[in-house]
Amino acid sequence: MRDFYGTTLKNGLMLGTAQYPSPAIMVEAFKRSAACVATVSLRRESGNDRAGQDFWAIIRDLGVHVLPNTAGCHSVKEAVTTAHMAREVFGTKWIKLEVIGEEDTLQPDVFGLVEAARILTDDGFQVFPYTTEDLVVAGKLLDAGCEVLMPWGAPIGSGLGLNNPYGLKSMRAHFPDVPLVIDAGLGLPSQAAQAMEMGFDAVLLNTAVAKAGDPAAMAEAFAGAVHAGHLAAAADPMEPRDMAAPSTPVLGKAFLL
Amino acid sequence: MKLQLNGEAIETDANTLVALLEEQGFGDAKVATAVNGQFVPATLRETQSLNENDLIEVLAPMQGG
Repeated sequence: MRDFYGTTLKNGLMLGTAQYPSPAIMVEAFKRSAACVATVSLRRESGNDRAGQDFWAIIRDLGVHVLPNTAGCHSVKEAVTTAHMAREVFGTKWIKLEVIGEEDTLQPDVFGLVEAARILTDDGFQVFPYTTEDLVVAGKLLDAGCEVLMPWGAPIGSGLGLNNPYGLKSMRAHFPDVPLVIDAGLGLPSQAAQAMEMGFDAVLLNTAVAKAGDPAAMAEAFAGAVHAGHLAAAADPMEPRDMAAPSTPVLGKAFLL
Repeated sequence: MKLQLNGEAIETDANTLVALLEEQGFGDAKVATAVNGQFVPATLRETQSLNENDLIEVLAPMQGG
């Protein structure tokens, strides 16, 4: 697998920690998927119930890399402040940077994203920017210091899969040496396999697993798909063609009219 | 002194951020703090004074995607 800021991951599956029916089911999903990265967030804590402390204990026991996000942030200032708070709480330089620009699609505000990415990389963060497949934006994120890009497959939580395969293939081709992660929009394991077959280095998903009828089984299914897609990409897939080409040799065929 | 803690109006005797955290039951909890929208690192909580109507945010790990 490719390095993510110097960290080599054992597979290409990153899994979210939200929306599971219970903490126990979330843990089981992580176990069966063997996902090596868990995305987490920060929210207001109550001094009475301390729910966040219990959650953190569960995540620590998973033994995975933790990728805090800035989900729900709509401005550069909000995202940068949240990133600082996350770095202190989670003890990692990694930050999944989200600056949301549109409510219906949760599309990133790419202008704010680039600005926030520059501020955070200058401050020592290792930024995983949630972006679109726009190549110009991708270039500016790299100029800002990002060493990983995370284009969306489709709007967050939609389960639509890869909405723009052409754009994503272009991104892969334009930035062959940059670790690329499909973040958001996946609904089925076949879509994860498709992303990996296209040469993406990892996929990040949450809802597709957490909202499945059997989250742990779906997590395992995604793990299989990611593995298959990764193997396929490394095996150099054949070029598709418009017309048929017989796979059985014609030479030596009996004359049986 | 009146101020807002995580969006709730409270009355407190604490005059520093570290004293407020202790008073409100956070103690040694793993939290990050902000005052009036500015991040306050744990190392500065002791010297972070509080004023009337300050907006305090105390955040902790939570599920995320």
